[in-house]
Amino acid sequence: MFTNSHTLGLFYNKGITYEGESVLDSVMISRLLTSSTLIFHIIFATIGVGMPIMIAIAEFIGIKKNDNHYLLLARRWARGFTITVAVGVVTGTAIGLQLSLLWPSFMKVAGQIIALPLFMETFAFFFEAIFLGIFLYTWDRFKGKWTHWFLNLPIMIGSSASALFITTVNAFMNTPQGFELKDGKAIEIDPIAAMLNPATPTKVFHVLTTSYMTMAFILAAIAAYSILMKKGGNYHKKALRMTMTAALVFSLGAALAGDLSAKFLAEYQPEKLAAGEWHFETEKNADLIVFGTIDENNEISNEIRLPGFLSFLAGSSFDTEVIGLNDFPEDERPPLWIHYMFDGMVSIGMFSIFISFLFVLLWKWKKGNEFNKPLLWGIVASGPLAMLAIEFGWIYAEVGRQPWILRGYMKIAEAATRADGVAWIFAMFLALYLMLGILCVVVLIRMFKNKPAEAELEKRFPTDRKEE
Amino acid sequence: MSLEVIGISVLWIFLYGYLIVASIDFGAGFFAFYARMKGKEHTMNALISRYLSPVWEVTNVFFVFFFVGLVGFFPDTAYYYGTALLIPGSVAIILLAIRGSFYAFSNYGSKENIGYLFIYGATGLLIPASLSTALTISEGGFLKETDDGVTFLAGKLLTSPYSWSVVFLSIVSVLFISAAFLTYYANRAGDMASREILRKFALFWSPPTIIASLWVFWSLKNHNEEHFMNAMDIWWMFGLSLLFFALATWLIYRRKQFGLAFISVMLQFFFAFFGYGASHLPYILKPFITIGSSVTNEVMGTALIIVFIAGLLLLIPSLYLLMRLFLFDADYVKGKK
Repeated sequence: MFTNSHTLGLFYNKGITYEGESVLDSVMISRLLTSSTLIFHIIFATIGVGMPIMIAIAEFIGIKKNDNHYLLLARRWARGFTITVAVGVVTGTAIGLQLSLLWPSFMKVAGQIIALPLFMETFAFFFEAIFLGIFLYTWDRFKGKWTHWFLNLPIMIGSSASALFITTVNAFMNTPQGFELKDGKAIEIDPIAAMLNPATPTKVFHVLTTSYMTMAFILAAIAAYSILMKKGGNYHKKALRMTMTAALVFSLGAALAGDLSAKFLAEYQPEKLAAGEWHFETEKNADLIVFGTIDENNEISNEIRLPGFLSFLAGSSFDTEVIGLNDFPEDERPPLWIHYMFDGMVSIGMFSIFISFLFVLLWKWKKGNEFNKPLLWGIVASGPLAMLAIEFGWIYAEVGRQPWILRGYMKIAEAATRADGVAWIFAMFLALYLMLGILCVVVLIRMFKNKPAEAELEKRFPTDRKEE
Repeated sequence: MSLEVIGISVLWIFLYGYLIVASIDFGAGFFAFYARMKGKEHTMNALISRYLSPVWEVTNVFFVFFFVGLVGFFPDTAYYYGTALLIPGSVAIILLAIRGSFYAFSNYGSKENIGYLFIYGATGLLIPASLSTALTISEGGFLKETDDGVTFLAGKLLTSPYSWSVVFLSIVSVLFISAAFLTYYANRAGDMASREILRKFALFWSPPTIIASLWVFWSLKNHNEEHFMNAMDIWWMFGLSLLFFALATWLIYRRKQFGLAFISVMLQFFFAFFGYGASHLPYILKPFITIGSSVTNEVMGTALIIVFIAGLLLLIPSLYLLMRLFLFDADYVKGKK
């Protein structure tokens, strides 16, 4: 399908071939290191995109209803947020530099084309960082409460815009356009076309909605857990109702974005959809395979087969022709295990919609009890599960474009660094992430354990206790 | 002005910005730990964290901005520096990561934990040392390009007198810049006890700063004569730098005009840094990358400059607001807000 892949020899610096085990090892280690950095960073990036929205909503309701519970909620969330922001910033810096350190040949070529969104991402991040600093230290500084609330706007814009710009870079790597390759150099560059590539709209939509959704579920999980442990006061009940409503709205958005993404894949990256769905023969009325296992002969067993649904997913009609994996040369097919990632992501998505819908239904239905134990435990599970779905989704998206780093133009193996010492670096970073991960959790728990919400409410808003 | 000159100027301005704000931050970490050890934390550490808390993230962005811009304007740098700096670069990232997150852990999470503060202080001195290797490498002589790709001659770097002079300069400058700023800040806060300690620091670190600068010149002459001669052509920039250094030290010594003293320190480093940068050209990485050969294509370069200007229109007012609220607001500085 991609005949231009033969021009790849041009990327081979000074005619070196990449045969031989030692080089292959360094490619593999570069991949592993990049994956671990991203897998770790994505947790904090997702929080970074989702959290400002949730804080802004809570503060908005608090001011609007003149309800100190929500104001305290916003404050406590913001306090925990500072810790995750710190880890997010440092791991983001790491991935930014690792791009050049681990994939120098890739950056030499693609750097010319993706410089613009990378640059814009930094600006958005800068903008956010400035206002986040102001926001966190001006809670009691302005006379009007709304003045402080308005600081939320640049933070939300900055965090979502940086997600947008960096996602266009990833989208570009999936569906590159806006340049031509000549002698291993990019020419005829159109930076805007490269940013607004076919993958951009669905990817950005999906990234933003799932980040908002995940954050809502994580905060809901914390509230639900508090209620379960201490039978919770009004503070936690309000928090849970608010976060679950937001979670329902955002997860419906995420489902819509997911559906549009599948349609995008069917049209522009059929090999990713086909590998994820174990779909080998090009056909109409293609079956959707849910769960199941596959053996080395590509025989599928234990699956649930939904007749015609893959066609429906790909083009809203059972007559849509879905391209199968057999249409692609063997060395250009993504690994088949990404099916499990796809299943995991979609199942968790379904569970999220179900549980948030059930909660809102029981709450609005006068006779229901939305605070019943099994449901609360379900919500507790939904937080970490949502984050897991983010990881599954990204692994699916990234491994699904293997073996390409720049789909159709450059394969992973030609892009990796040829410097020595990658294995050592990998071990060092792994230790770093392990340490940061553990400390982050420890610090966060300690931060809130000794300062229960009720006590803080009394301290901060002393006159308010009469209301309850 | 041509695209490459604009590009490199933009980058150099941001690197200079990082040099100043990061030095304050790095040095502050060291002083905070020192004060804790001496049992003077209550005055000085409150002062330091009042300044650092709202701005520490912004510091980091200056750096990110620099390397993203560098790869954007000069994509070839990604290939050479990327390959050469795999190990020193990764070490710097790890140190930065530890430092950034430990700041948050110790400041927001667990104030009583001295381990976090120690690591925070120690990394503040190791990071400038590891980052300065990138500048050293740019002088040439530490990379070898063969058919196999680019090799970093780590042994050569570790035994080079020039390399050590740069490392030494980076560490003492960090302590000097930081002390000069914090003296000013303490003075504004009316915190005379901290001011006196920090003033002593500033005076203590000023002779090593100037000795290290001269050492760098001397070893540059041996390492890269061409660069040294270029620097001599614009000797007046380094002369101005020395003049501002003298003014700053004198003001701090006489306990006068700490604000002006810090501005002099900024100008001292401005002239030294831009003099260094200007005499470094046309090479970005000798002998592989010159600014003419590696500049990005025109369309992308123009797009980057447009975005850069638009970005500045957004950032300058925001930075002004940040400074007004936390740096120039007397009540905040004094801890009343």
